[in-house]
Amino acid sequence: MPGLFAVTSLLSLLPADASAHGPALDRQLLLSLWIVLALFALAHIILLVGLVARRHSAQRSIWHVEYVPLLALAVLFAVLTIRAERLWAATRYTGASLTALQVEVTGVQFSWYFRYPGTDATFGRTQPQLVAPGEGNPLGIDPADPHSADDMISSQLVLPAGREVDLAIRSQDVIHGFSVPEMRLKQNAVPGETIHIHFTPTATGTYAILCTQVCGMGHYRMNANLRVVTPPDFDHWLAQREKAAQP
Amino acid sequence: MTALRRIISTDHRIIGIQYLLLALTSVAIGTTLSLVMRIHLVWPNWRLPLYGPILPEDYLALVTIHGTIMLFFVLTTAPQAGFSNLVLPAQIGARRMAFPAANAASFWLTAAALVVLSSSTFVPGGAPISGWTAYPPLSAVPSAGPGQGAGMDFWLASLALFAIASTISSINTLVTIIRLRCEGMTWERLPLTVWGWFTAALLSVIAFSVLLAAILLLFCDRHAGTSFFLPAGDLVNGVLHTVHGKGGGSPLLWLHLFWFFGHPEVYIAILPGLGVTSMLLANFSFRRVFAYRTMIVTTLMIGFLGILLWGHHMFVAGLNPFAASAFSISTMAIALPASAKVLSWLATTWRSRPSYKTPMLFSLGFVSLFIAGGLTGPILAQPILDEYLHNTFFVVAHFHLIMAMAAIFGLYAATYYWFPLMTGRLMSEVLGRWHFWLTLIGAYATFVPMHLAGLAGEPRHYAQLTGVPNAAGVMLARLVPLNRFITYSALFLATAQLLFLWNLARSLRRGSPASSNPWLATTLEWHPALNPFGQAAPDEPLAVHRSPCQYEITPSGELFLPQWAPDTLADTTGEVTFDTKPE
Repeated sequence: MPGLFAVTSLLSLLPADASAHGPALDRQLLLSLWIVLALFALAHIILLVGLVARRHSAQRSIWHVEYVPLLALAVLFAVLTIRAERLWAATRYTGASLTALQVEVTGVQFSWYFRYPGTDATFGRTQPQLVAPGEGNPLGIDPADPHSADDMISSQLVLPAGREVDLAIRSQDVIHGFSVPEMRLKQNAVPGETIHIHFTPTATGTYAILCTQVCGMGHYRMNANLRVVTPPDFDHWLAQREKAAQP
Repeated sequence: MTALRRIISTDHRIIGIQYLLLALTSVAIGTTLSLVMRIHLVWPNWRLPLYGPILPEDYLALVTIHGTIMLFFVLTTAPQAGFSNLVLPAQIGARRMAFPAANAASFWLTAAALVVLSSSTFVPGGAPISGWTAYPPLSAVPSAGPGQGAGMDFWLASLALFAIASTISSINTLVTIIRLRCEGMTWERLPLTVWGWFTAALLSVIAFSVLLAAILLLFCDRHAGTSFFLPAGDLVNGVLHTVHGKGGGSPLLWLHLFWFFGHPEVYIAILPGLGVTSMLLANFSFRRVFAYRTMIVTTLMIGFLGILLWGHHMFVAGLNPFAASAFSISTMAIALPASAKVLSWLATTWRSRPSYKTPMLFSLGFVSLFIAGGLTGPILAQPILDEYLHNTFFVVAHFHLIMAMAAIFGLYAATYYWFPLMTGRLMSEVLGRWHFWLTLIGAYATFVPMHLAGLAGEPRHYAQLTGVPNAAGVMLARLVPLNRFITYSALFLATAQLLFLWNLARSLRRGSPASSNPWLATTLEWHPALNPFGQAAPDEPLAVHRSPCQYEITPSGELFLPQWAPDTLADTTGEVTFDTKPE
């Protein structure tokens, strides 16, 4: 089947799938592409056959020509919608579990910062007046807050494989788009808001984190690496970084 | 003074042609900008002659002006204001628009808006870089980037002028259709083109007033210290936004206002094309449009649903996830009236052995592109898939196929079809046929691979694919060969349009003279008494006796009954047989 080949090779264009919810998303995408390609072919066959066939004018019932096909299309689109809504609900309707790893993501023209809350599991307060990238405080963490002391900021997102992550996405200046293609993840970072998304990386590796909402002249180079490592490697990395961060 | 009066005309036909010329100028600029973008993407070291290397901010300025010009000054002006001024009054049996002076005012405001928009390139900092959607705070704070100072103010001023002009023009269209229909022109007998213009005008009145309001609020945020779209403590490039009084605003408010305008706007661009396609397919198939009444209903339904689904642009913008579910359902719903239209077109042309004149070819091309571009709608309407596809080239491919290519095919069909009403001459069929096939091939070759680039993860608005650090750089560099193919296709597509320009220039002076009804059309714009190049009879009363597209087969051949032919005449001597004999 050339159609099957076409769609399967379309899907091989996609970057590797490395998150727990990814395979279901890819299946839904594959199914949708299949349906669309089939409908495109069907409509064009009908159009072309109708154009080359001998002229013939017969009274046709609107039921056969429009209502029945529309009913079939309505059922088809309803099935797609229900499947899609269920997947969306599973990833977005509920928050992360209480044991999820907490990481805060902040977009700033033109970089991503990742903050780990430290042993107290609480992020310290930030104030825009205190932002001073040159002095090592790009997020404006308030030292007067006791929760701030053990916060650790990283320029790459390092995560353990197999553990759910709760990302708190923020922006300091303009709207950015936090996107990790391999994790099938996309969420805008909106100034003034903290938006939570959660996911579970499954495969270790280094993946691209992009900005997908135009944010200024450096938009194209606003990116970071996501490094998914084994849990022991992660614990080691975190301990090292926290030790370095302590005064 | 007389020269001025000839330029500032209140004659609706002249205003229509002025709008079309404005759109032609704009599309030439917009296409050139897109080619510069395409070339820069795959040959980043290429220097623009007389300018120099293209910097990232230049690329974003190109994106912004390309989008703004194409969407507003081409896809809104030409189908909605251009062709409706040219033929709408005649199609409803009127000899003028309801408000001729306001009509001229709206054209000149639109022209002023284009001048203001183009000027933004020459102010300090250059044109804005925030895209045609101008999301704040990027668009609200001058420190956010080059072009976000004076350039952004010019952009806002231009769109404010455009919104005012479009509102005036739409009210004019609505009043003309409601008040000036001739005797016998009931609502059901209105050509589907008129229904398209009517629905698009209704949407324009609603949408552009919201855009105007949003622009004024954004202007106040920029210059009057308000905080509609800016949260307290927003820190852009070292400039801190403090809020006077309580609380602050939210950028999401702009997204709501903008897309409440922006989504209807894309339907404004396509609705006239839907109408033209329906009427032309019927005309050249010598058939009535299949399920005419259903076509009227689906046009209105597309308009109505069109204002209920703006949220599908905001699935990952930070809305409550339940909102995404609701907007996803309303978006899926619009697939049904759109599919009903396609089914009706397929039934209209089914076994009709149509006459393949150039306007018919472009109408068939419209059907093909409308299907191709429309079908990816139900994919993007799924929030879960947006989690991957949002703001990738898959979206760019989707809206270029349906909104740019399909709408442009509608415009070409309309131009070839109504050229005799502008000039008294026909355009060359040979050149037209070449133009059609090359454009169709170019359109698919350019925009189908863009879907693939999107599936591979290429984001929009990226000034460069090479020289990017980290894992992202590896991913983007892989996409260069595919993008090179897209660029070649785009250059081919643009070059093919020279055939159209040549045809236009040639036919203007040397085209074969058109008879008063060269396409055997049934609608009133071809009424001999309204023909500006024939024996126009300004006082002859106009009356309509039947619905459009009445073609019948008789033993002696086929006959067509124009809307204006009296019933008695049709029974006796008024039969007009035509030469394309059915088998």
